[in-house]
Amino acid sequence: METLERILAEHPFFAGLDARHIQLIVGCATNVRFDAGQFIFREGEEANEFYVIRHGKVALEVFVPGRGPVTIQTLGEGEILGWSWLIPPYHWHFNARAIELTRAIALDGKCLRAKCEDDHDLGYELLKRFAHIVEQRLQATRLQLLDVYGVHS
Amino acid sequence: MMSDPMIPRQYRISRVRRETADTFTLELTPVQDEGTFSFAPGQFNMLYVFGVGEIPISISGDPANPRTVVHTTRVVGTVTRAMGTLKRGDVLGVRGPFGSHWPVEEAEGNDVVIVAGGIGLAPLRPALFYILSRREKYGRVVLLYGARTPEDILYRRELGRWRAQFDLDVYVTVDRATGGWRGNVGVVTTLIPRAPFDPLNTVAMVCGPEVMMRFTALELRKRGVGADNIFLSMERNMKCAVGFCGHCQFGPTFVCKDGPVFPYRRVKDLLAIWEL
Repeated sequence: METLERILAEHPFFAGLDARHIQLIVGCATNVRFDAGQFIFREGEEANEFYVIRHGKVALEVFVPGRGPVTIQTLGEGEILGWSWLIPPYHWHFNARAIELTRAIALDGKCLRAKCEDDHDLGYELLKRFAHIVEQRLQATRLQLLDVYGVHS
Repeated sequence: MMSDPMIPRQYRISRVRRETADTFTLELTPVQDEGTFSFAPGQFNMLYVFGVGEIPISISGDPANPRTVVHTTRVVGTVTRAMGTLKRGDVLGVRGPFGSHWPVEEAEGNDVVIVAGGIGLAPLRPALFYILSRREKYGRVVLLYGARTPEDILYRRELGRWRAQFDLDVYVTVDRATGGWRGNVGVVTTLIPRAPFDPLNTVAMVCGPEVMMRFTALELRKRGVGADNIFLSMERNMKCAVGFCGHCQFGPTFVCKDGPVFPYRRVKDLLAIWEL
């Protein structure tokens, strides 16, 4: 049977973490599922989790008056959803909505923040991994902003 | 087949298909029976709208169908705008085929990842036809396609058909979603990290806006695909198409003659030079 410990230890995001740190992280982890259309979190709410998507697809949306919800990015299997739990004031900046049935592992951010304060090595390891994700998404956003397929005079 | 590469032959439009709001496909047949039209995937023709001008357009049809010449074109300038008004029965001048081609034979035995952005899917379509007609000769075949919006997706019906096949992995993403789009949103490079191919045994063929190809090549390299196994289709101001006029000079190469398909290693450093 697949245990949370094994799933997390084998996930590329957690690759290289020692067993002790994996244990600490597993202590903050639970399995969750979201039906198609269900909100995982909403803009402005407290950000106290992040998610390892195991299956399904999630849309990050922002509500634009007059246009309704606009999807700015989708995340799928194997990807990490959410980093606002790590950065004060710990509020979500977007809505996240499951586009299809989505199964994920939820990591309790409050629990992890406390463990990172106690164990700075764990905090540093997590920060390095999140910095990498933030960098990747920033690069993708910059490319998106270029509107490369538009007609430019 | 070509007696003088500078003299256009007359082709009649046998079919016009609207692909998107600003993109259309023309199917052409020779006015005089000139036998068959052979080309290699990735090559281009010079299309002449009489009285308006001549432009290079990639061939986007099936290389196994030598009776019809197919071109998908986006309306971006004077000639393409005029071309977009042509109807079935109208006549165009055609010179070609010209240029280098996708390494479809060299890729045999490997996984193939095709990365297309926007209208860049058109020059890759013949490569897909070719590969799918010899499917058993390749490992995994993956198509990663990025468009601006869901409304800008080319060859929708074909993409659906390809996606339904069990021997081709098709991933489509759009830069911005509208309405009821339930597919991926994000730039095409974000599809590369988890696409199912073995980077050490993969040949990648990439076509799209130059900046998209630059970042795609970097992402493919990050994934472990060798620089010699990545191929890009470059676009410059091709005029004569036979390497005489120099309009399409790109560093030490002419895109019309040495390209448009180049190994990434050959153009990697040139891509970083603003003046080119």
